[in-house]
Amino acid sequence: MSVASPNAERGVAVELTELRRSYGPVNALDSMTLHLAPGEFVALLGPSGCGKTTALRCLAGLEDPDAGTITIGGRDVTALPTNKRDLGMVFQAYSLFPHMTARQNVEFGLEMRGQDKSTRARRAGDMLDLVGLSSQADRYAHQMSGGQQQRVALARALAISPQVLLLDEPLSALDAKVRTQLRDEIRRIQLEIGTTTLFVTHDQEEALAVADRVGVMRAGRLEQLAPPQELYARPATAFVAEFVGLTNRLAGRASGGRAEVLGVSLPLLAGSGDGNVEVLVRPEGIEATPDPNGNATVLSAAFLGAHGRVTARTDGGEQVEVQVASAALPSFEPGQRVRVTPRGDAALAVAR
Amino acid sequence: MAKSPRSGTRALGGIKPSGALAGVVPFFAYTTVFLLIPTLVVIIAAFVSDGHLTLGNVRALGNAGFLTALKQSIILSALTAIIGAVVGGILAYAVSTARPDGILKRFITSLCGVLAQFGGVALAFAFIASFGAQGMISAWMKKAGVGPSSTLWLYQWDKGVLLVYLYFQIPLMLIVFLPAVEGLRPQWREATETLGGTTWTYWRRVAMPILFPSFVGATLLLFTNAFSAYATAAALVSQAQPLVPLQIAGTFTSETVLGQANVGKAMALAMVVVVAIVMTIYAWLDKRSSKWLVR
Ligand SMILES: Nc1ncnc2c1ncn2[C@@H]1O[C@H](COP(=O)(O)OP(=O)(O)OP(=O)(O)O)[C@@H](O)[C@H]1O
Ligand SMILES: [Mg+2]
Repeated sequence: MSVASPNAERGVAVELTELRRSYGPVNALDSMTLHLAPGEFVALLGPSGCGKTTALRCLAGLEDPDAGTITIGGRDVTALPTNKRDLGMVFQAYSLFPHMTARQNVEFGLEMRGQDKSTRARRAGDMLDLVGLSSQADRYAHQMSGGQQQRVALARALAISPQVLLLDEPLSALDAKVRTQLRDEIRRIQLEIGTTTLFVTHDQEEALAVADRVGVMRAGRLEQLAPPQELYARPATAFVAEFVGLTNRLAGRASGGRAEVLGVSLPLLAGSGDGNVEVLVRPEGIEATPDPNGNATVLSAAFLGAHGRVTARTDGGEQVEVQVASAALPSFEPGQRVRVTPRGDAALAVAR
Repeated sequence: MAKSPRSGTRALGGIKPSGALAGVVPFFAYTTVFLLIPTLVVIIAAFVSDGHLTLGNVRALGNAGFLTALKQSIILSALTAIIGAVVGGILAYAVSTARPDGILKRFITSLCGVLAQFGGVALAFAFIASFGAQGMISAWMKKAGVGPSSTLWLYQWDKGVLLVYLYFQIPLMLIVFLPAVEGLRPQWREATETLGGTTWTYWRRVAMPILFPSFVGATLLLFTNAFSAYATAAALVSQAQPLVPLQIAGTFTSETVLGQANVGKAMALAMVVVVAIVMTIYAWLDKRSSKWLVR
């Protein structure tokens, strides 16, 4: 197979259905269901200890679920050992075999599949090319940087043309710059070869940037699975709204699918409560203008690069975070009176 | 903000910061006082007799008694090193699978620390008290009419002594080899499995090659440990001198032949040579595998 040809049909569907796994009293997976479409890139996002790794390891066969089923390409693999599942896996760090060169690492899986020497060498060369490391082929792990090691690990996982690619926080040991670079590269390669991919991370920016769909997990369950924009604009639960991006919790009264917040009537998202509620409004969903007769006082203003953030206290005593253009930042001084108004985007309301 | 100190940067093959050199001064002082000077004394003394340079001491080594003792010392050391390395290596793996902070592991490692240091002598006396001519178990076995008719085996270098040596060789192996076994990362096994390998593949292609240099190093350490052991052998063997360290001690305490002490130093020189050969083998093996080792 040529590496360079777009080959999206390669992907297979992957279904985790009602998986349960407990460690003593801890329910690491609590009836977790997650279905991936063929060729899809899904990022699993969630706070530490929510069960992301456990879900991924169950799919890999490195952990046995107590209950539930796992299918890959329609085939039930729940009882299949790891080495028969046809997976590529990239670990957090230090997974390269230290006594083998980069090339030998990449060839390892091909050797397990009984491929002859010249096929292996060609394929390993192609894969190292793909991750941009042809010049490092004869290096050992300790002679490479963390980012290079992870590239080799990716090449090794992809060399066997796996049905599913699994990545467990593959970038978390790298510094910020390498992290974004490699993350975009992983996405490029995944699009190129079309392998169904499950990517575990606790970095929301990373998840939103690369995935077709992002699954947010909480305490062993999937809270919401949606494309990045939808997840951000239409969170299904307060947990999702707060975990993905910053959000303000503002008191309001809801009825008939609308709620009044800071004097503005906002449409409410599906799943919102009625009556006395807290409405979840993003900093960029609020506008702030200097106004001596305003409804709030500036507490602080911070420059964040592309934009600025103003923190204000309303006359009702609520603290509000507002995103403003960087250029407008100088006009917000602590102690100054401002008017804060929701822009009118649909928001989620939860019972107060 | 103040500029961060250079100490955090890695010295890439170049000159290390002087602080690092200061750290090795005690090490060099120690090796000079306790290793280098005694070795030099032994080497020089081996060629001196009554204040004259001579080859007589070294020539005296050619007598059959010494050569037999040397051969037996090497066989005993090699056997206990290999058996100790294999058994201790397997035990180290078993211990590494126990809970890392568990009481079992702490107990076993500290027990082994004590045994590796003092196991030999203590055990030698325990064996004499149990299996010796007047031993409790010997007496009981005699009454029951079972077991060997003689208790002489206990004092022979290739039976009792060998057995007792294992009681410090195995714990020593466990202690020196455990860090290497614990350095095996679970990801390596899991990566092997996801790439289609079996448990056997993992051991053959990954774990064993990674452990090999440490295993060989530990085995050679065990060899020199047994080769130079004196107290345990002395505790068990009182009459004959089947091993080199016993012979050396003999030359120093002998009242019958004057000038024997110098022959003893020549014997010590022979031991130094054997150990030097072992170290050379180790250095050669180490160089072959060091390409991929992080130092
Ligand atoms: N081998 C284990 N033994 C006992 N408990 C475990 C084990 N593995 C996971 N757990 C527990 O299961 C829960 C889920 O763990 P998991 O590793 O899946 O979390 P995670 O979402 O990957 O977290 P992180 O972001 O920190 O990696 C945690 O409470 C964890 O303590
Ligand atoms: Mg994890």
